[in-house]
Amino acid sequence: MIFMRYDSHRSSLIAIFLAFLRTGCFTFSGGLAMLPLIHREAVEKNRWLNEDELVDIISVSQSLPGVIALNVSVFIGYRVRGKAGAAAAVLGMTIPAVISIILIITTLFSLRGNVVVEKIFSGIVAGSCALILSAAYKVGKTAVIDIPSAVIAIVSFAGIICFGVHAAWAIVMGAAVGTVIYLVSRYTPPNIRNFKR
Amino acid sequence: MVLVHKCCILFFVFFKVGIFSFGGGYAMLPMIYHEISVFGLMSQREFSDLVALSQMTPGPIGVNAAAYVGFRYAGIPGAVTASAGVTVPSFLLIALVIASLAKFKSHPAVNYIIGGIRPATAGMMAAAVVFIARGSILPEKISLYDFFHNPLQSIHPGSAAIFVIVLIGLKKWKTGAGIFSIHPILLTILAGILGILIL
Repeated sequence: MIFMRYDSHRSSLIAIFLAFLRTGCFTFSGGLAMLPLIHREAVEKNRWLNEDELVDIISVSQSLPGVIALNVSVFIGYRVRGKAGAAAAVLGMTIPAVISIILIITTLFSLRGNVVVEKIFSGIVAGSCALILSAAYKVGKTAVIDIPSAVIAIVSFAGIICFGVHAAWAIVMGAAVGTVIYLVSRYTPPNIRNFKR
Repeated sequence: MVLVHKCCILFFVFFKVGIFSFGGGYAMLPMIYHEISVFGLMSQREFSDLVALSQMTPGPIGVNAAAYVGFRYAGIPGAVTASAGVTVPSFLLIALVIASLAKFKSHPAVNYIIGGIRPATAGMMAAAVVFIARGSILPEKISLYDFFHNPLQSIHPGSAAIFVIVLIGLKKWKTGAGIFSIHPILLTILAGILGILIL
């Protein structure tokens, strides 16, 4: 079991912390951006995992809720040094984020009245719309593959925008529809068309 | 309100966000937006700033967003509590997964459930775009109905131009695997510069 086996040469907690600190400092905008960084730290430099195990961990992390980067950190940290390793990994990952946010808010925001700063922010917000739209499109391309999934996507979108539904309900609805389709496909006789996934 | 009370709210809110966010930080945005409105943590305007800042700061978006909201609402203790809130679900869920790993991966229902959740995530992310666009590209408080009736009149031209430029820039430089590398950061810087020039 890849998750139970510890590394043969026991890496120190400091080493784990530093590896994830480095990763956390250079991961911008989106959990998957950490992929090449974590590959370099965990697979190449420290040899905590091999390629396949990393891919496995990432795909499971993506299926789980929670911040993807944190899930990956917990997995790898746990694998190397158990609970302490998981904690070290997560600390390394989150500390750069928290500190930089606090620094930016205290410094940049004191300039908020400034017209130029306002324009920069407005520009960045407009650009963010494009970035998120592109990310939504990428997810949608692989996720919306048949009519039920298209309906789920549209209903989620409409529900949140038009009806103010809490986003968590979209997740619940998606899971429920998935479950229903699974049950339908399992318990219908074989000569009725199955929904393929 | 007492600081401890504020921190408890933050932890609770971001624990919820952490549990329900499938598919990355952007999908968290509608939920964070809702929680902000419900609990009065900050204004809608500040929410747009959150999005802008998360692009520029290192670290996963979920943690950036939590630290931002936490800090604005309750200072450094708030930032730490909120980040902890977003982090703890990861520990719990993975402990759960490790305990039941074989069942989790091989049960056929899991694929169907994930197949249902992923389009919901796509819908959520599209909703996040609309939230942020309101107040930037679109006028605030606009409804989809108004938008479709007068699309050209509703759009703010300068912001829309930056939006289109960044969108094109992304498509040109997207890698085959579709993983955002450093380029979104350059695009974000570009968007800021364009903001000065165009807006």
